[in-house]
Amino acid sequence: MKFKTHISVKSLSVWYGQHKVLNDITVDIPDKKITAIIGPSGCGKTTLLKSFNRLIDLQDGVKVRGKVLVDGEDIYEPKVEVMDLRRKMGLLFQRPQVLPMSIYDNVAYGPKIHGIRDKKQLDKIVQRHLKESSLWEEVKDRLHGPASKLSIGQQQRLCLARGLAVEPEIILGDESTSALDPMSAERIERNFLELKNKYTIVLVTHILRQAKRLADYVIFLYLGNLIEHGPAEDFFSNPKDPRTDAYINGRFIEEIRK
Amino acid sequence: MDKRKIEESIFKFFMIFSAIIVVGSLVFILAVIFWKGISALNLDMIIKTPKGGYYLGKEGGILNAILGSLVLGIGATLLALLVSLPLVFYLNLYLGKDSRLAATVRFFLDVLWGIPAIVYGALGFTLMVFLGIPASLLAGIITVALLIIPIMSRSMDEVFKMIPFELKEASLAMGATKLETAIKVVFRQALPGIVTAVLIAFGRGIGDAASVLFTTGFTDSLPYSLFKPVATLPLAIFFQLGTPFPEVQQRGYAAALVLTAIILFISILSRVLSRRLTRHVIK
Repeated sequence: MKFKTHISVKSLSVWYGQHKVLNDITVDIPDKKITAIIGPSGCGKTTLLKSFNRLIDLQDGVKVRGKVLVDGEDIYEPKVEVMDLRRKMGLLFQRPQVLPMSIYDNVAYGPKIHGIRDKKQLDKIVQRHLKESSLWEEVKDRLHGPASKLSIGQQQRLCLARGLAVEPEIILGDESTSALDPMSAERIERNFLELKNKYTIVLVTHILRQAKRLADYVIFLYLGNLIEHGPAEDFFSNPKDPRTDAYINGRFIEEIRK
Repeated sequence: MDKRKIEESIFKFFMIFSAIIVVGSLVFILAVIFWKGISALNLDMIIKTPKGGYYLGKEGGILNAILGSLVLGIGATLLALLVSLPLVFYLNLYLGKDSRLAATVRFFLDVLWGIPAIVYGALGFTLMVFLGIPASLLAGIITVALLIIPIMSRSMDEVFKMIPFELKEASLAMGATKLETAIKVVFRQALPGIVTAVLIAFGRGIGDAASVLFTTGFTDSLPYSLFKPVATLPLAIFFQLGTPFPEVQQRGYAAALVLTAIILFISILSRVLSRRLTRHVIK
């Protein structure tokens, strides 16, 4: 599969204190495709995801070696403005994290902090992105009600709208459906599929079937190491590493000796 | 009866007994001041200043002390808020979870919380001598503010600690700065708790006698200047109960009744307000 690279990770290693979480990762993430990062718990999936928008900076004692290029620019260069970088990416968490304000203000939060003051313009942005995340019909009559009163599935779609409202290029999802009921999870998955023509989407998931349903490209991490990556069809039908084969077929990985 | 059931009932007895002590002491305090003070409490008490001196006077009222305490309490609370809020933001948003500095500051606050009010009074007095400020409303405000800063900031700190890390992450991930995150997200989430902390600190400040004993002086007139002595309810109670005359002592109980009523009102207000403000709070 030939593709245009959007995010390029080059020999990235990350430590939390003494603990090495990511070990020399090199991988390219395709533009305007869905990339799934899979692997068992504690393998560094979330760390890799959060290294893209430098949210890992918030962890205590974090140390980063190597490069992450977004649009060809190394985001760990000192001159990089973290705020501008993060604006390029919308992040969906495992549990929806709505902000303690109204539905409207949740979506308008990003545009407002980035300088949009005009009420009419904000109204338009809010409406457009609530439609984009297919929440508009359900909330249009109570835009100024508290976001915390929405169901958890609606909250996650609100978070998606909030992320889209800053006009990002990339959507990051950290197991964004795992706290949701099956119906809500399916709606979010459909959202991702609709959005992938416009955005580069990177999803961390430990649900293999979800990766199969959604992903164009798959990255498999195990214990902080990059085991295998490639286009989804190849990855699932013809895994090259025995550990990948074990993982996607539900066998124990530990038993495999290299 | 079998042994485990007996154990169960013994412990249950202790638990209920503790609850009764807590409820009982409040009821008892209220009953005593009500019983002893109600006969001296009349309209004059709350709309007039004392006649014949606050110490021995049997005429007039305690409006000087009511207003004095309110002004002092509000002033000290605002001053304490000016220090506590930035401190709590710093501890919880700018310093990390494992920060040594944050741990040290929290330890200092805990020690400060435990220091007796009379020591704050002595400290205030020393400061006054050093700076050449006379016994005055200002000196009282500063001293009481010092007394309630640890209470206010530690209560707020506990509220801030409860705020999920992901909520801050969610805001920062949008490209918000720490300050924007603090003011627009964390503050709103913590608002009910902040209001409660402020009102608890106010209640503590307005009722404290020892910290104002050396610092505010006392006067029969209403508060009118930051640099003049001011009357306070705790000291009005203290002086009047200290006289040998039953009529004056009764006035002391009436003053205690007024003070308790104010504090009760504040507690109820804090409940009502924090319930109102939870509309947008994420659970």
